[in-house]
Amino acid sequence: MNLQLKPGSVVFENVTKKYGAVTAINDVSFSIEPGHLVTLLGPSGCGKTTTLRMIAGLEHPTSGRILIGGKDVTNLPATDRDVSMVFQSYALFPHMTVGENVAYGLSVSGLSKKEAAERAKEGLSLVGLDGYEARLPSELSGGQQQRVAVARALVLEPEVLLLDEPLSNLDAKLRRKVREEIRDLQQKLGLTAVYVTHDQEEALAVSDRIIVMNKSVIAQEGTPRELYETPASSFIADFIGDANLVEGEILDQDEVNANVRIDTLHCKLPSRGLSNGPTKVAIRPDSILLEQDSSVMTGIKGNVTHASYLGNQIHYSVDSSLGELFVVDYRIDNAITAGSDISITFATKGMSLIAS
Amino acid sequence: MGTEGGNIVRTSFFPWLAMGWIGFAILPWYVIEDGFWAFEWVLDGYPFDSDYASALVQITLGKEWLLPLIFPLLAPLFILKRIKSDPIYAQTLIISGGFGLIYLLGQGFIVGIDGWEYGVFENTFGAMETRQYGMGYGALLSAGAFLILLTTGLAATGYLRGDVFVTSAIGIVIALVATFVFLPVGKILFSAFIDENGLYALNAFSDNFFNKKIWGLGCLTSSVSCGVGLNSLFLAIMTGTATTLLGLAFALVATRTDFRWKKSLRVLTILPIITPPFVIGLALILLLGRAGSITQFVSELLNIEPGRWIYGLPGIWLAQTLSFTPIAFLVLIGVVEGVSPSMEEASQTLGASRWQTFKNVSLPLMRPGLANAFLIGFIESMADFGNPMVLGGNYDVLSTEIFFAIVGAQNDQSRAAVLAIVLLTFTLSAFFAQRIWLGKKSYTTVVGKAESGAHAGMNPLLKWICLGVTIPWAAFTIVIYATVLFGGFVVNWGRDNSFTLMHYAEGFGINWGENGLNWEGTAWDSFWTTITISAIAAPLTAGLGLLTSYLLVRQRFKGKSLFEFGTMLSFAIPGTVIGVSYILAFNVPPFELTGTAAILVLCFMFRNMPVGVRGGIAAMSQLDKSLDEASLTLGANSLTTLRRVILPLLRPAIVAALVYSFVRAITSVSAVIFLVSADHNMATSYIIGLVENGEYGIAIAYSSVLIVVMLLAIILVQKVIGERKLRRHNRVENISQETTPLTSSSPREKQA
Repeated sequence: MNLQLKPGSVVFENVTKKYGAVTAINDVSFSIEPGHLVTLLGPSGCGKTTTLRMIAGLEHPTSGRILIGGKDVTNLPATDRDVSMVFQSYALFPHMTVGENVAYGLSVSGLSKKEAAERAKEGLSLVGLDGYEARLPSELSGGQQQRVAVARALVLEPEVLLLDEPLSNLDAKLRRKVREEIRDLQQKLGLTAVYVTHDQEEALAVSDRIIVMNKSVIAQEGTPRELYETPASSFIADFIGDANLVEGEILDQDEVNANVRIDTLHCKLPSRGLSNGPTKVAIRPDSILLEQDSSVMTGIKGNVTHASYLGNQIHYSVDSSLGELFVVDYRIDNAITAGSDISITFATKGMSLIAS
Repeated sequence: MGTEGGNIVRTSFFPWLAMGWIGFAILPWYVIEDGFWAFEWVLDGYPFDSDYASALVQITLGKEWLLPLIFPLLAPLFILKRIKSDPIYAQTLIISGGFGLIYLLGQGFIVGIDGWEYGVFENTFGAMETRQYGMGYGALLSAGAFLILLTTGLAATGYLRGDVFVTSAIGIVIALVATFVFLPVGKILFSAFIDENGLYALNAFSDNFFNKKIWGLGCLTSSVSCGVGLNSLFLAIMTGTATTLLGLAFALVATRTDFRWKKSLRVLTILPIITPPFVIGLALILLLGRAGSITQFVSELLNIEPGRWIYGLPGIWLAQTLSFTPIAFLVLIGVVEGVSPSMEEASQTLGASRWQTFKNVSLPLMRPGLANAFLIGFIESMADFGNPMVLGGNYDVLSTEIFFAIVGAQNDQSRAAVLAIVLLTFTLSAFFAQRIWLGKKSYTTVVGKAESGAHAGMNPLLKWICLGVTIPWAAFTIVIYATVLFGGFVVNWGRDNSFTLMHYAEGFGINWGENGLNWEGTAWDSFWTTITISAIAAPLTAGLGLLTSYLLVRQRFKGKSLFEFGTMLSFAIPGTVIGVSYILAFNVPPFELTGTAAILVLCFMFRNMPVGVRGGIAAMSQLDKSLDEASLTLGANSLTTLRRVILPLLRPAIVAALVYSFVRAITSVSAVIFLVSADHNMATSYIIGLVENGEYGIAIAYSSVLIVVMLLAIILVQKVIGERKLRRHNRVENISQETTPLTSSSPREKQA
């Protein structure tokens, strides 16, 4: 199919959205480059869906400016914006066939019936649903419905494609497959896409960049790798990597590395411009190493309170002087039973300093 | 998809401005006595005759005050080329539309049939030599155009996200409700304060209001009758109580017993919809009146003198209880089913007996539902006009007293207004109680997920009480309806019981004359008028109701709760009050509507609109909002979305609203009786006239014809709609059970 795509940028300038006394978005600014897939990630109620709906024009900001493709669209209603959206519930029109659904946007914008039907057909073949035109949405599986929703949005050749939790209605196995399909299509067509999810694994897998939101503001913005490896706050560390937050102390540091003491252990971590003294350290669950063998008990002492076997990994809850720790261990042959005393050490990777 | 140049012209206000000009410069400005659609005016002196001239010509015929209306029609011409976001565009439209609308209405109210309506103007500007009549199509079109210009201007300032359609729809609904609900009701409140000389006087109100005739307690101590206010209140409480208790018994039998015919009980619920309100009273006279069948039988058996006890409180109460029990049944079936079986099972596993479970768990959970049923019965009884009219005897109630105050020898409008205010106070209090008290408190225990478990069986004593009450009552109802159906085939019920077709021949005779088919019967005239007017009113009512519900469910705007209140208000206004208020409001300029078919249509529209609104709200709440949003993001505007997405999905609700408004228009009597005229007589008021003349035979024959016609209409529609739904359902089911069509995410997938 020949999609005449002219991917556009999306810019938010100091956007605030209030519902009465409640502030849903508080002074948010960001910009999304053309051709990128950017994920809005955050816990429920953080404002990510409101942000997406403001790009779509379904909500309008209380103050601030929104630009799409360089044009100010702040006051334009959804109808007049060059963006399309894939809804969480897909929102396929149940009284129209798949073909009519995909052709809907084309026909309301004035295309002839025949031309709209032809382009709809091409759109369906783009998502691998050739020959499904005459079916009703209710006759398709969840994954197929999802693809119809994508096709319906794409045939309009939007400057920006919006996806609101597009995988949340699919079962776990299908999710990975559809996720990859969406990413492939986006890269193949060079689309600008904004993707909303609350699932950090999904966000890491599909995005060029991630904007993490929390409590109506942007908590951190960056590539998946930046977010995972250098979380800017304890919230990001916890939300992106399920990290454990422990107290530590920066003893001394140079431009590159800091010498950090955590309880009785000393480690070298990338310095992040923090001053010497007490600090917080984020440690990912698989970077905590447990040792049961009393002969090599050199680390911090602890006690396993729970152990759950998950097939390819074991999850432990550990009580220690650092507090309650969550540990993931892939050495399943070395299972430790609950109640055992253990010694804790840290892996060389997967730890970072956090400004407290 | 984006805004192209062509779009601006296509969606601009130009057609509306053109409509304004047509109304102002071409069509007759004032109402035409012989009717606009007769087009006699075209040949009869148009365009220069002062009765038929357009406003533009009227200016030269001594009505100079119409001249300023030209400015709001000229101003928008200068901004046709401007774009929406230009502030001048919005300002020009708002000022033009607003000024035009206010000036047009203002001059209509200020200059009336006798020149100045208010002394202030006469003193300032001197006496006026000319006069003006009610507004006609010219004024209507201009007013409509000004309204749309105003809302288009408001939308251009960004109001309601700049949506012209939604802004205009809200404007139109507000204008209509203000004109046809608030104006008449306001007028009635005012006229209560006017004495016989037409002056405002507080004592006129207090004299009429604090009157023995309304509040007198004489009946408690002597043989004098009590005041009508107390009579109505007493009757309404008795009827509310009786219908609630009977309704509960029916609901329990229908849902909690293994009674064999309990399915057919539900048929009962359809009866009040298709029964003109006085029919039960009429049938009661035939059975229990002095010459009634049961009376005759009993008096012969026991050798006692037949009495007239049916005329008065016992008769009205019996008739109302018969009429409104099905409504209470309908309400309470939902309530009884709403009590979660698991609650009852929990109670029983904790060791409570079936009676204790019912008394301590089920009944308290049903309490709000019972209160609701009582209030509905209360309002219905207060508003009921037909049964007291037929059976009243000397037990006067408010609704009939209002009627006699207007049509009787006294023609005392201010007394009618005061009585109407008393009646309105009662029904509105009940309405508010229902909304405030029940709105927040809901004990319904039905949750989204399917619940297993059966309702607890009933305590045997309770079960037998319920069956013992409901079976005879249902049998009595059947006898009543049998009387209605057969009553028309009897020469003179109770006196000469031989079979005859003469009543039908008199009412519905047809013969084949030289001019073809000859509708000879006396009833045909009012019958066709009724069908025509109801058929015109039904789509308008349904359309207005559904549009309103769309605005309420799908749009957010300031003052929405007030908007909702205004549109639901007419539900609590008794028909008699509507009738009186329409007479007061619409028999003088600027709105001269009495005697036309239009006033009947309008009356039905605004009386029955709340039903359409409720139905629409219920149906639309089932539709996932993201369907609308998907359509909007795909580039459709809200009008296209409504037309192509929402309306097709609402088809069952639309049809229900259509049928219901049609049937309600046919059975309505209380408001109609004030508004009918020689040209436009309605079936119900015609039948009431027959009853007053004692012509029971033809009255009952006519009633049964109406019932059968409405029943056929309902069955026909249900067949058509029902089958279509079924086909669709089968088609979907055959292929997949994957998803539910309307919310598009089935619970199973949601859990994943």
